[in-house]
This record gives sequence, C-alpha cells and structure tokens, in this order.
Amino acid sequence: MSAHSVNEPSGRQKWIAGTLVIAYALITMIPLVWIVATGFKSPADAISYPPKVVFEPTLEGYVNLFTTRTRQTEDYLAANPPQTWYEEIVRQYDMVIVGPSRYGERFLNSIIIGFGSTFLSIFLGVLAAYAFSRFRIPLKDDLLFFILSTRMMPPIAVAIPIFLMYRQLGLSDTHLGMILLYTAVNISLAVWLLKGFIDEIPREYEEAALIDGYTRFQAFYKVVLPQATTGIVATAIFCLIFSWNEYAFAVLLTSGTAQTAPPFIPTIIGVGGQDWPAVAAGATLFLLPVMIFTVALRKHLLRGITFGAVRK
Amino acid sequence: MTDTAIDKIAQRTPTRVARKVRGLSDRAIAWLFVGPTIFLLLAINIFPLIWTVYLSFTNFRANRPNREVEWVGLRNYERILTDSDIWLNMQATAHFLFWTIVFQVLIGFALAYLINKKFRGNDLWTTIIVLPMMLSPAVVGNFWTFLYQPQIGLFNYIIAFFIGADPSSFEMIGSVTLAPWSIVIVDTWMWTPFVMLICLAGLRSIPDYIYEAAEIDRASKWRQFWTITVPMVLPFLMLAVLFRGIENFKMFDLVVQLTGGGPGSITELASINLKREAFEKWRTGYSSAYAIILFVTVFGLASIYVKALNKVKER
Repeated sequence: MSAHSVNEPSGRQKWIAGTLVIAYALITMIPLVWIVATGFKSPADAISYPPKVVFEPTLEGYVNLFTTRTRQTEDYLAANPPQTWYEEIVRQYDMVIVGPSRYGERFLNSIIIGFGSTFLSIFLGVLAAYAFSRFRIPLKDDLLFFILSTRMMPPIAVAIPIFLMYRQLGLSDTHLGMILLYTAVNISLAVWLLKGFIDEIPREYEEAALIDGYTRFQAFYKVVLPQATTGIVATAIFCLIFSWNEYAFAVLLTSGTAQTAPPFIPTIIGVGGQDWPAVAAGATLFLLPVMIFTVALRKHLLRGITFGAVRK
Repeated sequence: MTDTAIDKIAQRTPTRVARKVRGLSDRAIAWLFVGPTIFLLLAINIFPLIWTVYLSFTNFRANRPNREVEWVGLRNYERILTDSDIWLNMQATAHFLFWTIVFQVLIGFALAYLINKKFRGNDLWTTIIVLPMMLSPAVVGNFWTFLYQPQIGLFNYIIAFFIGADPSSFEMIGSVTLAPWSIVIVDTWMWTPFVMLICLAGLRSIPDYIYEAAEIDRASKWRQFWTITVPMVLPFLMLAVLFRGIENFKMFDLVVQLTGGGPGSITELASINLKREAFEKWRTGYSSAYAIILFVTVFGLASIYVKALNKVKER
C-alpha cells in the first residue's frame, strides 16, 4: 500500500466531483455565452420570445456600436446607394451612417489609463516592496498596515474630496488624474504581493553581487528584478484588471475626455431603450481580452489571488 | 553579472550621479524607494480623508463653492444617526452582506472540496469558474438587467421553465420582494469563485499525514471531515469572508447598474445612498460625515473580526 492511497479519492468519487464541478462551470458560463451571442443577433432576435438560441448571425450590433446613424428621406436614400457592407446593414432601417461613435475613444482611454496606472503601480510598488523586504525601516509593520488600510475606504467616500481636489488642480476628467488615482488604489495590493514574491528570493544572491562590487542599486535591478519577474507579471495583471474594470471613480470623476469604457457601455442606447446587440458587442470586445488573459495566464493568476489574500 | 555589465552601467550613468548612487547608504535607498509610495498615498488617500473629516463638520456644498462655509459642529453626524431612512439603507446593506456571504461560503467551499478530489482537467474547469470575478462588475451588471427582463430575459425564461410559471409573471428587478435577491444572485454568481479559491488554498495546505494518522486511528470519513478538514480550512474561510465582507460593504458598481437602488430605495445600499447625497443632492458636508461613519464602521468591524480570526488561527 503506497503512502498516498489513503487520501487518493476513488474513481467513483472523482467522477461525481468532476460532474458536479463541470455542471456548475457550465451554468456559470451561460450569462457570458449569452453576452457574446447577443452581440451577433439582430435587434429583433435579441428581444424575441422565447429567447433564441439558434439565430442567423449578423454584425449589426458591431456596426451600431462603432457608428452614429440618422434616419433619412426616401429621396436621399435613393440618390445615394450604399457603398460598403456596413452601410448596407444600416440601410435596412432607412438610416445612414453619419460618423463614428465614441466607443473607440472610450476603449482607447481604458487602455491608456489601464496600462499607465499599471506601469506606475508596478514601478513604485517594486521599489517599496524591495525596501520593505530587505531594509530595516522604522515602524515597518505600521506602515505596511497603513498601506493596506487605505483599501477599506469606500470609493465614494474618497471620491468627494478627490473630486474637489482635482477640480482645484485641473486634474478632473484627465488621463493623468485617473492614472494617479488608480495607482493610489492599486499600490497597496502591489506592495503586499510584490513584498511576498521578493521575500522568497534568497538574500545570498544580492550579497554575492555586493561582494562582487555591485552597488545596492545595481544589485537590485541586475539581480533581484530578473528573479522577481513572475511575481511582477502576476501583480501587473491584477493592477491592470482592476483599472480596466473600475467604475465608481470613472463615473464620478470623468465625463468627456477621459471617460473609460465601463461607464460608457451601459449608456449605449438605440431606438426605444438600450440597443442590446450593440451593448453586448461593446461588452464582448471589452470583456474578451480579460477572459483570454485569465485562461492563458491561469497559473500565475490563481496563485496570485490566493497568495495575496492568504499572506495578509 | 560580469564586469562588462557594470562597466556599461558606469559608462551610461553621468559620473556625478553614479558617484551619488554608489555612495548612497542602505538607509537612504530605503527611504528613496518607499518615499514615492508613501507620498502618493498621503496625497491621494490620507489628505482626502483628513479633508473629509474637516468637511463633515461644515455645511459645504460642492456645487456652490463660493457660498460661505459654516462650521456646524456635530450636527451632520447627529442628523445621520437619527435619520430613519439611513437605517433602511443599513438594513438593505446588511441583508445583501449576510446572504451573499452565506451563499458564497456554502457554494465556494463545496466547489473547493469537489475540485480538491483532483479529477482530470480540474484546473481548466477551475479557471472557467473563476472567469466571472475577473470581469467588469458595471458592464456585467448592466447586461444582467437584460437577462432579468420579465418577458424576453433568459434568466426569467429558464426559471419559469423549471417552476412551470409564465416568464412574465415575475419581475426580478422591478418587484419589491425579489429585487434584494436579484442583487444577491448576481453577486454570488460573480464572487463565489473568490471564496472557492481561498478555500482551495486551505484544503491544499492540509498535510496528508494528518489524514493517514486519522485512518490508522480508524476515524470515519465523516469524522475526519469535521475534525480535520473543517477546522483546518476555517482560518482561510474566515479570511475570505473578511474580504468579501469589506468589498460588499463598499458595494457600488454592480448594484448601481443592476437596480440603481430601486424599486424605491429597497436595494439602496450604503454606497449608493452616499453617492446620491454627495453627487446628486450635493450635500457635501452631510455626505462627508456619512462617509466617515461608514469608514469607521468597516474599520471597527474588520478589526474585531481580525482579532477573532487570530484566535482561530492560534488554536
């Protein structure tokens, strides 16, 4: 009898456990599958009863997502035949495309603010985490707790003074303002996660480098940084996902120029209420990168979630 | 790590700077590294917090910045603590907090327990289960309003199919009795995976030899579950509850998109109420006091809870 046989679940147990978990996974996926599917439905199919599982896919939702349209007279429509496939789609409703929608801009804002704040959080976070990991800092535990406790504030509570402060400084509705704000929110998690990862790197590596004539500074970025790459990547993904998904600050502090996609997508409306295929198309494009990221980098991510939580 | 690497850095760095960096003591480097983070947190977290405390004693209104600001002492706090509407918001928050935690703990632990049976392909299915918690709550919450539509919504259709009712006979978001549950369902759908992952970490931390010893003592599987598995996972589970508790006390984005606090103010959680006061009614002083009360409540409850958690860990 081998050492593991006691705890190794039997074949039947595994089969039951597997079936239940897969059943849960499939149910939990329904809303997500429905978002993707609705993006390819025509407005009529999207709101049909009973809900349509089989339908003829169309790109109408995506065309509506990226364009603004207006109704035109029959004479105008007859005089100007559609030039492209997307104009043809719009023509079914006696409409013409008058320009691009704001979705592209909002998406771009999400990318700029997401990557900008992630870069800044990691840059500052790695420095602070290294210092906390390696040096004797007075009141270290208090400082670490202080950094963590900043996460307990409800975003709306912080938003009031930030709103006033940004108005004074001219930072409201700017990319820079949002990047700084998201960095401030992310940095507590970044420092905690990165400190954990750097703690795991043996000090002997740096000490050897110091003896070889490296300065502390060189030892840090020539020896420690390359060792911490995995941890940095995992932390960066968390920061990016937070900034990407954030809604409360975005909806309160941005309106025109720096608005990100989450506050924008729910406001996509068509004739008589929300244009669900366009909303679903916008949501699909916005959520899909995160889903792909999650599946592709699952090893780092899942470890990071438990690691970050359990450490504290 | 060769000499050439150092040479390269030395060449690239201006000598004055290089000498400075080289000459920095560890202490100086420590402050240089920690300083920017502390500065950012002071500027964007602590300074605003202090400002909020100040505002909470005034009658300031952000939409009228030129009006004279009056010091009103504790009047804002008094008004909040005696306002019966606020207690309704607190009840809504408590209902949401309690039931999301109950469901997420039960389902999350069960899933972790099953996944820990290590059936084939378990890590792929774990990843799929985790997907909802990675997504934007506002965007997903908005789409759930579509799933909840009485006639055309998929959620209503599926539920109606199983209970044999008419899909348009009930309204999840529109009805006073069902709306509080509509937000519990979506939050549970989204965040059960988080509890699951933490529990899984707990289950995996239990060393095999404990079960082997129990097996030698002829303890039944049932007894092993209650005397080994549950107590060993409990600290992890409590941690997950702490995180979910703090997050759901602050809950804003998902619920604001789902119900907007309605119908009436049945699902108006504390944060949504706070947003109305601060950014729709522009009662800045009053809402600052409200924010402070919420913060103190979270902080206080979390501290008590952490103490209890540490006791469990010590056992």
